[in-house]
Amino acid sequence: MSRVTLQVNGKQVSVVVEPRTLLVELLRDKLQLTGTHVGCDTSHCGACVVHVGGRSVKSCTMLAVEADGATVTTIEGLAQGGKLHPMQESFHQHHALQCGFCTPGMIMSAIELVETRPHADEHETREWLEGNFCRCTGYHNIVKAILSCRDAMREKSA
Amino acid sequence: MSTTTHPSIPGSIGAAIPRREDRRFITGAGRYVDDIVLPHQAYAVIVRSPHAYAQIRAIATAAALAAPGVLAVFTGHDVAADKVGGIPCGWLVKSKDGSNMVEPPHPMLVKDRVRHVGDQVAVVIAESKAEARAAAQLIEIDYEVLPAVGTLQDATAPGAPAVWAEAPDNVCFDWDLGDKAAVATAMASAYKIIDIEVRQNRVIPNAIEPRAAIGHYDPAGDYYTLYTTSQNPHLIRLLLGAFVLGIPEHRLRVVAPDVGGGFGSKIYHYAEEAIVVWASKKLGRPVKWTAERSESFMSDAHGRDTIMTAQLAVDKDGKFLAFKVHNVANMGAYLSTFAPAIPTYLSATLMAGCYTTPAIYVEVKAVFTHTVPVDAYRGAGRPEAAYLIERIVDKAARELGIDRLAIRRKNFIRPDQFPYKTPVALEYDVGDYEATLALALKAGDYDGYPARRAASQQRGKLRGIGFSTYVEGCGIAPSALVGQLGARAGLYEAATVRVHPTGSVSVFTGTHSHGQGHETTFAQLVSDKLGVPFDHVDIVHGDTDRIPFGMGTYGSRSLSVGGSAIVKAIDKILKKGKTIAAHLLAVSESDLVWSRGEFRVAGTDRRKTIAEVAFAAYVPHNYPIDKIEPGLEESAFYDPLNFTFPAGCHLCEVEVDPDTGVVQVVQMVAADDVGVVLNPMIVDGQLHGGLVQGIGQALYEEAQYDESGQLLTGSYLNYGMPRASDFPFFNVSTHPTACTHNPIGAKGVGEVGAIGCPPAVINAVLDALAPLGVTDISMPATPEKVWRAIASAQAAASTRD
Repeated sequence: MSRVTLQVNGKQVSVVVEPRTLLVELLRDKLQLTGTHVGCDTSHCGACVVHVGGRSVKSCTMLAVEADGATVTTIEGLAQGGKLHPMQESFHQHHALQCGFCTPGMIMSAIELVETRPHADEHETREWLEGNFCRCTGYHNIVKAILSCRDAMREKSA
Repeated sequence: MSTTTHPSIPGSIGAAIPRREDRRFITGAGRYVDDIVLPHQAYAVIVRSPHAYAQIRAIATAAALAAPGVLAVFTGHDVAADKVGGIPCGWLVKSKDGSNMVEPPHPMLVKDRVRHVGDQVAVVIAESKAEARAAAQLIEIDYEVLPAVGTLQDATAPGAPAVWAEAPDNVCFDWDLGDKAAVATAMASAYKIIDIEVRQNRVIPNAIEPRAAIGHYDPAGDYYTLYTTSQNPHLIRLLLGAFVLGIPEHRLRVVAPDVGGGFGSKIYHYAEEAIVVWASKKLGRPVKWTAERSESFMSDAHGRDTIMTAQLAVDKDGKFLAFKVHNVANMGAYLSTFAPAIPTYLSATLMAGCYTTPAIYVEVKAVFTHTVPVDAYRGAGRPEAAYLIERIVDKAARELGIDRLAIRRKNFIRPDQFPYKTPVALEYDVGDYEATLALALKAGDYDGYPARRAASQQRGKLRGIGFSTYVEGCGIAPSALVGQLGARAGLYEAATVRVHPTGSVSVFTGTHSHGQGHETTFAQLVSDKLGVPFDHVDIVHGDTDRIPFGMGTYGSRSLSVGGSAIVKAIDKILKKGKTIAAHLLAVSESDLVWSRGEFRVAGTDRRKTIAEVAFAAYVPHNYPIDKIEPGLEESAFYDPLNFTFPAGCHLCEVEVDPDTGVVQVVQMVAADDVGVVLNPMIVDGQLHGGLVQGIGQALYEEAQYDESGQLLTGSYLNYGMPRASDFPFFNVSTHPTACTHNPIGAKGVGEVGAIGCPPAVINAVLDALAPLGVTDISMPATPEKVWRAIASAQAAASTRD
């Protein structure tokens, strides 16, 4: 068994896990942060994307022990003081989700895109979502929501 | 709680209100089955057959039982010893000769002979999923592998191995519909007969949430609870309770909480649902099973998989005279819940399309193979019909030298011909096919197409445009009719409307929302009809202990059937409310008018709101107790008079790279008549999703089995899941004609995208390739297939030169 100490959504946590435990299992099973989902077993679908050290990571591809000492943000940690992150709000306003299962991973992935590539256009946005599957929305409103949020965030920082 | 507030409505019908259910999903607070952890929950892992067809000679479970954390291992022998029933099929189809379809047993765990890769053989239950998974590896199964049939072609070949001894030729049923003699007569004197063979590629639904189930038996109350990823919890309660485990309804609760997409694949009753409930009782602990994606590929019901040959008889002007179809449809190894109905009552009945073809005859041969069961997938039978019709119509136009749009217009059922009785048993109530065609051409700037084509050519690309003008049938009904046709269930819907003492409203619907947005749309409907603020209406679904009854969500039925049940319940509320209001206002009921949430005394300003009426109903101090009971809650069951008939025109433009065969959809236009629209934002979203599944089928997706029945496309490494980069933004619009026989006027929108789109895409690809001499291509039109088609057309051309 291994002890893993990390910061999750601003809180310090320390848990004992089997070495084979994946980060997503730590989040879902040990910390009851069930907003992060598992949609496949081959690291393709992206339903499990979280931020580790500010970068989007598929939490099914990372061992929990690898996250020792890391700062992790999950979908549950995005809204601050009841106020939604602009990407969450944009997904809502643009009807960028239907069943909601891919949504947490989509939002976490999209946030890294707009933060690291504030000038990403539609094409680059669609390419960026290569590793996030959605079966409901046809991606149409997801791309719209991301581009709209990008514009809003750019205006804010200008 | 909604993040957006909206003014109190009436009038919310037609408003693009952002969904109230979003809040929980965008904050990670959704509650899906796998998120639920019950006290003392144990974990199940299913051991599945690696072979398509094999005799189980022996199963050794001792090592698994001795492994750390393992609580139990069960096999088919345990199931047989407990006399557990098989997984039932919900629809009986009879062959032409009147005999019943071959209906083989479908055991919860297989004891003797596995019949597809993924067939469930044993279940291991342990303290943790990791321990169950590790122990499952220790189960040794001695299989005698038998020759299998992995494809339709193999299953129908002479001397093919039989999947079931009771169907030695692998034929489940051989059914027909229509007037064979009339078709033969018309064919004999026709100007021309157009021939086609089309293949519906087999697709895997791939809801992003894998299936999951938790069984919980409570011995204190002798009460069972099943949490499951289902589109129709009441149907699961019926099938599981009455047919498999013998649990009466009042002792079985089925909960389908947040469900991560279905597309048909979560309609059916699956073995795993029965396994966890049964195992929970044996163990005395809750048992959870969650599919891994590789299990989803080999155990979720697949879709489509048919081979159709057809002849269309035409006169010299392109008028359709007769249509004859022969359809061979794959059922898989077992009959899934609705499988027999898909190629028959949901496909053959739509073979008139939106045309006036006077004589139609359809034969359907359903065939067993050693593959996962095939059942309804988004569109369910109607995409198969639309694809065949719209491909052969294009072919007729080309062979006759008639414009593709002109031939469609010449054969359209005109608006003044409704109600229109087709030669294949349906009566379309209403439609305007010319209107949606015109809308698509305008939205897609058809006039500008030649310039776009020239521009593509400049860039070395082949551009093509394709159309599909389709009609489909939703909300399959009425129950009496479907019963005659073999359905073993009714197809009505139920609702309860509870107006609380202070005027807020809870609505209990038997439909289930797994992405469709019922919590918003239905609240709009209720807000409008009852005149209460949108935020005062709560929609409850997905729990058989809270909802009186229901048939669930599939076939785009939720609003047209489920919404209509809600309206019927509201009608009863208003009838009772009027009696109460008349008493309170000391007038006769005939003096009252209902308007915007109030009963008003005509010609005065005296009024009672629905909230005031509700308060009086629950605090009946001054109340017409001699006429009516206290309380304000009503239920209704709504059994539709007919199907609804959404229709429309899809226009697709593609660019083909002649060097690589890559097809890119550069414009996708959908102009649909889905009836009255309650929330256009949600309707557009349904269309977008359907289009991607349609384009996915047309260009990317195919479940492939090899000749030994191995699933070659068993993961996202080799199954062509559509990705964001595969698509442009879509151009969707609606042109409603109101359904004439339900109180909302809605027709259904869930499936039209997937129905209308594939033929438009393939017709566009063929249009692009026509100058090279390519006349046929099958779905999915992958780069390899397109490249080969181009190469062989060029080789043929150079031989001719």
